[in-house]
Amino acid sequence: MRRWLAVLMAAVAMLAMPAVQAREAAPLADDQAVEDRLVGIAEDLRCLVCQNESLAGSRAALAEDLRREIREQIRAGKTDREIVDYLVGRYGDFVRYKPPLKPTTWLLWLGPFVLLAVGLATLVVQLKRRNVPPPAPLSDDERSRAVALMGGER
Amino acid sequence: MKRFLIPLALFLGLAVFLAVGLTRDPRELPSPLIGRAAPAFQLPRLATDAPADASRFGPADMRGKVWLLNVWASWCVSCRQEHPVLLDIARRGDVPLIGLDYKDTDPDARAWLAEHGNPYLLSAVDADGRVGIDYGVYGVPETYLIDKAGTIRFKQIGPLTPEVLEGKILPLVKELRK
Repeated sequence: MRRWLAVLMAAVAMLAMPAVQAREAAPLADDQAVEDRLVGIAEDLRCLVCQNESLAGSRAALAEDLRREIREQIRAGKTDREIVDYLVGRYGDFVRYKPPLKPTTWLLWLGPFVLLAVGLATLVVQLKRRNVPPPAPLSDDERSRAVALMGGER
Repeated sequence: MKRFLIPLALFLGLAVFLAVGLTRDPRELPSPLIGRAAPAFQLPRLATDAPADASRFGPADMRGKVWLLNVWASWCVSCRQEHPVLLDIARRGDVPLIGLDYKDTDPDARAWLAEHGNPYLLSAVDADGRVGIDYGVYGVPETYLIDKAGTIRFKQIGPLTPEVLEGKILPLVKELRK
């Protein structure tokens, strides 16, 4: 009986735990629509402190501040474009994971295609060069040897 | 023989690219604020000597002067590294130095200045980091050189070194003062 009670209590405790965590997170997620938009914007932005994390996923203090800033701007009715421009104006294009196409980023955007074209051109040239003339037909001697090697068939 | 020269040249080219890449600091980003007006703010001043210094500070107060805005915090480790350089600037009177105490608490900030020395004419208190965001701060310490018209002319990310001060900031200050 006591063992059952202990199991029951453990089960209740486990069930209760996520509820406690959910309550702690409540102030951030009190408006689901704002949170969804926040994540949508922040996923495409880079956290400046840990540069390989998105703003949505980073736990750096600056990322939290910037999320707060974005959240407030969403509530103030700004469009996604305006919010991204706000951040780019302060931190530069580097903050975007999708940098805009402009003269300084041409190499970044077009470089891979240039490399692909160079590779394909090289391949074509190499294949054309490989067009060696077909081997001379076998002489009678060679033919009889080949027949012998193949076990006398044909 | 020529067959092997082409891959060798390609390899050397790649090696040079990568070698140059290694010498660059990925944390140093070009600031879009260079050449633009320093964002305005009005912040309380950190009370150091007078216990209740209620006056506020804004970049407009420095109109007509070439000055440095140094973002610092008591929790910032690299700030200790650059602090002797800042103290030198203050001692020699090179250029007015204003502090922006970023995401800090006043008692901590006061204790830090008392311990290490206070090179600032004054420090503005940016407790929640909003002014920091306006200035594009992402790694304390950062230092901005602002000209007479209130335009940002130079930004140093990370600790100031004597080399940067002598080689870049002071010549620029001299030029901007003309």
